Amino acid sequence: MKDVFRVQRMWRPRAKLRRRYDVVIVGGGAHGLATAYYLAKTHGITDVAVLEKSYIGSGAAGRNTTIIRANYRTPQGAEFYKESLRLYEGLSVELDFNLLFSQQGHLTLAHSDRGLITATERAEVNQLLGIDSRLVYPDEIAGLCPEINLSQDATWPIVGALYHPPGGIIRHDAVVWGYARGADRGGVEIHPYTEVTGIERSNGRVTGVRTNRGEVEADVVISCTAGWSTLVCDLAGVPLPITTHILQAFVTEPIKPFLDVIIVSSQMHVYISQTDRGEILIGAEIEPYTTYKGQSTFPFVEYSARHTLELFPQLEPVKVLRQWTGLCDLSPDYSPILGETEVENFHVSAGWGTYGFKAAPIVGTTLAELVATGRTPKLIAPFALERFYTDTLVSELAAAAVSH
Amino acid sequence: MSFLLPCPNCGPRDVNEFAYQGEVTKRPTQSPTLRELSSYLYFRENVAGVQREWWYHRLGCQAWFQAERDTRTNEVLATELTEPVSAEGAPGPEATPALGENPTL
Repeated sequence: MKDVFRVQRMWRPRAKLRRRYDVVIVGGGAHGLATAYYLAKTHGITDVAVLEKSYIGSGAAGRNTTIIRANYRTPQGAEFYKESLRLYEGLSVELDFNLLFSQQGHLTLAHSDRGLITATERAEVNQLLGIDSRLVYPDEIAGLCPEINLSQDATWPIVGALYHPPGGIIRHDAVVWGYARGADRGGVEIHPYTEVTGIERSNGRVTGVRTNRGEVEADVVISCTAGWSTLVCDLAGVPLPITTHILQAFVTEPIKPFLDVIIVSSQMHVYISQTDRGEILIGAEIEPYTTYKGQSTFPFVEYSARHTLELFPQLEPVKVLRQWTGLCDLSPDYSPILGETEVENFHVSAGWGTYGFKAAPIVGTTLAELVATGRTPKLIAPFALERFYTDTLVSELAAAAVSH
Repeated sequence: MSFLLPCPNCGPRDVNEFAYQGEVTKRPTQSPTLRELSSYLYFRENVAGVQREWWYHRLGCQAWFQAERDTRTNEVLATELTEPVSAEGAPGPEATPALGENPTL
């Protein structure tokens, strides 16, 4: 009975930042915490500190549109996200925390022959890798989503779609909290409001970090800082091929459940899902200019609302509840930058653009393996930073540039 | 409205009238190594602070110009039309030498 009134903390506050850790992870988002969790759980490396300059999950991990999918275009990308999806499917059990994952299906609409060709290519790649993904036409779309406007009177009539049944939505905050709790139970220290202001190196090898709470020695430093990656990696003297843009989203007031698939249209730069609370969650593409100013803009709501109404005219009387913005780190080929850098023992998870949240579990497992074994796992080898110096890019433009 | 960008010809306009063409970069030497060329093609300063960048007034006078903008606040400090390129065989706006601070990568 006493427990009912006791505040249960998800993770312990740590008063003291120690002067030395085996591993320091910069960034307390989904990627950083997942890496810490798997380091402790899978590899028994528990002398780990996660340093976050704000509160836990304050960046992209708490601002995304919670969509999980694996229907990518390149074999490297599809295989990577397939593994991530598999881990997400078992994550509630693994973390003993209900993440509210609902695999309701994911439809990427095609409005032209070109769109159908891209969808076909993606379906073929996916099927070869054993990912459930296929092309559907308007008659079947009408069955999957009876509410959508399939008429020929629309600006861009729907001619088909890529259907990905295992795609779904998950409670993004719960993923962050679940990993944080799991990492904390494993012995990892989580330090919010601890900003890294410098990264110490000696003979091309990382030796520690400077923070606003003093200096910390470390054998390994990992940057999981999304939109701030350029600035953090710059502290270690590692240039990155990324640019920082804002991505925006908004939700409407809660309404009766009517939409149980995720609708994506890259033609209209919009993706739509209905949350468990009944809100219609609408996201868009990034703003074209680079910026670190996380302020929402009015043209975004205007364009996204207009495009949403083309697909769902019945939403016309529904009011917008709130909108928000997050920073995205865009890479030139729309694939992530993951693993080792030219500075020894300084690893990076960056270049995620608009699709980093989907990859949190697989980033955690592969980065933890890299730290524990010193070898880059095969799954992330194609995403090495080195590829931009050797010009061996992995173009994910078709499946990741706009859509979610 | 996101922010206003003063076009050197047309005056302050909504940023959505313009196409953003990235930070001003420095071209590598005549015969670059693969690493130099790749650095030029892909790597960016991506500064949090004042950045010199290319814009194109697509819904207006269709001029290419450079702006100095603080990427932390989106405050535009200056815009200017740039001199035409005289370097031999170097077409395109990227050919203009960097005017502001732009350390090589």
